[in-house]
Formats: sequence, structure tokens, C-alpha cells
Amino acid sequence: MDAQRRGAAVEIAGLRKEYFGAAGKVLALSDISLSVAPGEFLCIVGPSGCGKSTLLRILAGLDTQTGGTISVDAAGWPVQNAMVFQESGLFPWMSVTDNVGFGLMTRGVPSDEAATRIEDALKLVGLTKFRNHYPHQLSGGMRQRCAIARAFVTDPGMLLMDEPFAALDAQNRVILQAELVRIWEQTGKTVIYITHSIEEALLLGDRTVIMTAQPGRIKRVIDVPFPHPRNLITLSASAEFGQMKLDIWKVLEEEVMRARAEEER
Amino acid sequence: MNAMSAKARERALYLISPIGLLLLWQLLLMAGLGDRRFIPAPTDIAVRFGVLIENGELFEHVGATLWRVFAGFFAGTIPAVAVGLLMAMFKPVRIFVDPLIASLFPIPKIALMPLLLLVFGFGDASKIALVAIAVFFPVVVNTYTGAANIEKIYWDVAKNFGASQTVMFTRIVFFGALPTIFAGLRIALAVSFIVLVASEFVASKVGIGYMIWNSWELLQVDIMFVGIVTIGVLGLITSVLFQEIERKVIPWKAE
Repeated sequence: MDAQRRGAAVEIAGLRKEYFGAAGKVLALSDISLSVAPGEFLCIVGPSGCGKSTLLRILAGLDTQTGGTISVDAAGWPVQNAMVFQESGLFPWMSVTDNVGFGLMTRGVPSDEAATRIEDALKLVGLTKFRNHYPHQLSGGMRQRCAIARAFVTDPGMLLMDEPFAALDAQNRVILQAELVRIWEQTGKTVIYITHSIEEALLLGDRTVIMTAQPGRIKRVIDVPFPHPRNLITLSASAEFGQMKLDIWKVLEEEVMRARAEEER
Repeated sequence: MNAMSAKARERALYLISPIGLLLLWQLLLMAGLGDRRFIPAPTDIAVRFGVLIENGELFEHVGATLWRVFAGFFAGTIPAVAVGLLMAMFKPVRIFVDPLIASLFPIPKIALMPLLLLVFGFGDASKIALVAIAVFFPVVVNTYTGAANIEKIYWDVAKNFGASQTVMFTRIVFFGALPTIFAGLRIALAVSFIVLVASEFVASKVGIGYMIWNSWELLQVDIMFVGIVTIGVLGLITSVLFQEIERKVIPWKAE
């Protein structure tokens, strides 16, 4: 990867999202303002239904905001963003190679250049041997690796990840988290990562944004002081980590309770 | 190796029910239940089969019928797949085509035969047109259903990775709908034999349908049965071939 390129800087200002549900107008996101530095790994945590996925979908261009602005300075990256979804979203009718190369094919990258880039991406996630497999022949962890390769291969300014490891078993999740951090440390992309797990947010990110229950607002932004490169296993066993997890849980707990009361009303 | 032999066993099992039926039929007639002049035994039919193969008459009829089935099948299904995909992708197309399908689908296609004879004449073209019209409807409905029910995440992924309309159409919607399209093609294959043989009864001088109808009029019951069995055999062969093609074309379909 070209070391001179930096990740995209993202500036979100006064973002607002309303939609019309069965019960009338619903305010999903209210007054979200956030600056993401180039190459930052930002995690967003919040209770279910706080609109964090909606925020990511708006950043990905899959949804439009009702108000406010997003500006992305892609810093020379031709591809502004690439998203990794919760369910891998691999196309079942394409082989691993074709799935990984999809974002290159759509953008007309010449096939010999695409082949090298796909090769590099497969190597990055350790799927070289499985290039001709179809998704149904892969395990859940391998499918998510493939999805990550598909995003990285396009060399995006920012990577948008919507609970990408939520559906995996605990062991696979730990392995893939470590791999993601390694890849991020190597490539210096800007990452915006949605999760409902405080632990995951602290392990992976430079900063953690805590969102409120509906309507989604930013409740607090917390700097994560642990230096890189990180060893996720030792980090998660340290006392500072445990203390920080507890502090954040206290902030989040109020919101979870509020969301529950809202649901039961 | 084990998986292969399991597959082979499955294929052998596939033949047991038709062979069992023939055996039962033969035994009942040999036991004197039924008049062999009107209901010939499988062996009588087999003998007649041999004769018709030897003098080449059967091949002439089979050739004519198969050509009409395949020409009509492709002439009808290819546009049907295209229209079905367009309906799923573009709402105006759907609004335009939906009422046509709703009103034309229930018409028994054989009722169109006199009209088609008027337009295309007595040759192959009228029969091919009939098959094409008959197969169009089940395939267009299946294609649309398959394409419209593609999981939302595939659209999202494609859009996020910058797919153009053309890429959406050729790489996402088409392949996503393919399993359902094949289910429609399967129905279309059976339908094409059904309508074609019926049309050959009345509007042809060659073909299996003609052979059956003509032998009925001449009370050559064994030839009639040769025709009926031939259609069954053709149906079986084409359906097995079809399954093989499906296996090749849709390798991702979980087995």
C-alpha cells in the first residue's frame, strides 16, 4: 500500500434523520456532530435502535439524511468508502476471487492490475487457498475475512463496519479482531466501527462514541489511551482496561434502561 | 468416492418407479385382465417400437417434435427472462406488463392455435410460436418473483461498491434470480411438450402428436402407445439433462 496516502478526514455536522414509520414521524438521529481524523479508528457504541446503523448507512451513501452535512476529504483516495456488513453480504453466486474483486470490476480496474490487488488482499486475510471456493463452502469467520478483503482491496479512504463480527463465535471473534487491528495498523485507513460491545470498542478503537437511545444523539466521546501496536489478549486482561470498561458501562447503562422503558411503554 | 456412489445409487433409484409400473402392467395383461387388442402389453408396444425404429418412421416424428419444442422453448424463455428482470428493476415496466400477464396467462394457449395457423401457416412456425407463447408466462412470472425477492443486502453491497445499472442487471439481479428462473424453466419444459403434442393432433402431418392421433383414427392402438411412451421417455431424458445443466449453472446452490 502507498504509505504517503492518508486515510480520509470526515466532518459530520448537525446530522438529522427522520423517517415515517407506522406510528408517524420518528426521529432516528438528532444533531450528530463529529470530526474523525485521518487514519483514526473510531468506534460507535449504543443501545439497539439508537440509529448507529442508520448513521453508518448515511455515511455509506445507502441512505440520505434529513438535515445536516457530511464532508469527506478522501485525501487522494479514488474510493471514498467501503462497507463491511454484519452478515458478510458476499454474493453466493461468485467465487471468493470474484467477490473480493467486485469493487474493482465495478470501477473498471484493468484485469491484470485487479488480479494483483486481489492476490494481495487474499494474502492479507489468509484466504489464498480458498480463492475458488464459493461462500457456502466457507466458515462464518472465513466469510467475514472475505468481506474485509473485498472492502480493503478497493483501497477506500474510510472503512465502514457495521458489527462485522457480531455473528461469529467467541474464539473466531477474537482472532478476527486481532487481524483487523493488525491490518489497520499496516494500512492506516480511517475506520468507523459500529458495535454494541463496550469491550470491542475499547479493544479496537482510538476513540469511542457513546450514543443515546432514540433519538440517537452523541452522549459522550471517550479517548481510548491504549497505545498501538496492541496485543488484544493482554490488553483485555489488564486492570486499566477493566476499570475503563466499567466506567463506560455506567454511562451506557442509563441509556439501555431508558431504551427498555421506552419499549415497554 | 463414497459421495459418487451415493449419487449413482440415487440415479438408479430414479428409474425404479417407471420400470415397476411397466412390470405391473405386463403382469396384469398376461394374467388375462384386459383385452390386448385395445390395451397392448408393454412387450407388444416394444415390438412395434422396434419396427418403427427400424423403418425410421419414429425418428422422423421425434425429430419434428423435438425441433419444435426446443425452438419454441428458447424463443419463449429468453425474452421471458429479460422481461421478468426488467420488471423487477424498473417499476414502470412492471406497471405496464403486469395487467397483460394477468389477463393473458389464464387463456389456454391451445385456444390460440387457429389464430396462429392463420398467421404462420400450416408449417413448423405456427407450432413453434404456440410453444413460445405457452412457455413465456411461467418463466416471466418466476423470473420476476426471483429477482424481486433478492435479499436487500445484495443491493446494498452492490450500490456501496459502485455498481452501475448494467452491473446490477447482469451480475446481481440475474444471478440472484437464477435458482427461481430454473424452477420456471422446468415448468416451461413440461408445458412445451403438453401444448405441442396437442397442437400436433390437429394441425400437423408429422410429429409425435400427429402419430398418436393418426393411429387412433386407424385404430392402431399399439402405435398410439408407442407415441405416448415416446413422449414420456423424451420428457424423462430432457428433465434429467436439465438437472445436469442446472447443477453446472448454479454451483452455489446448496445440495
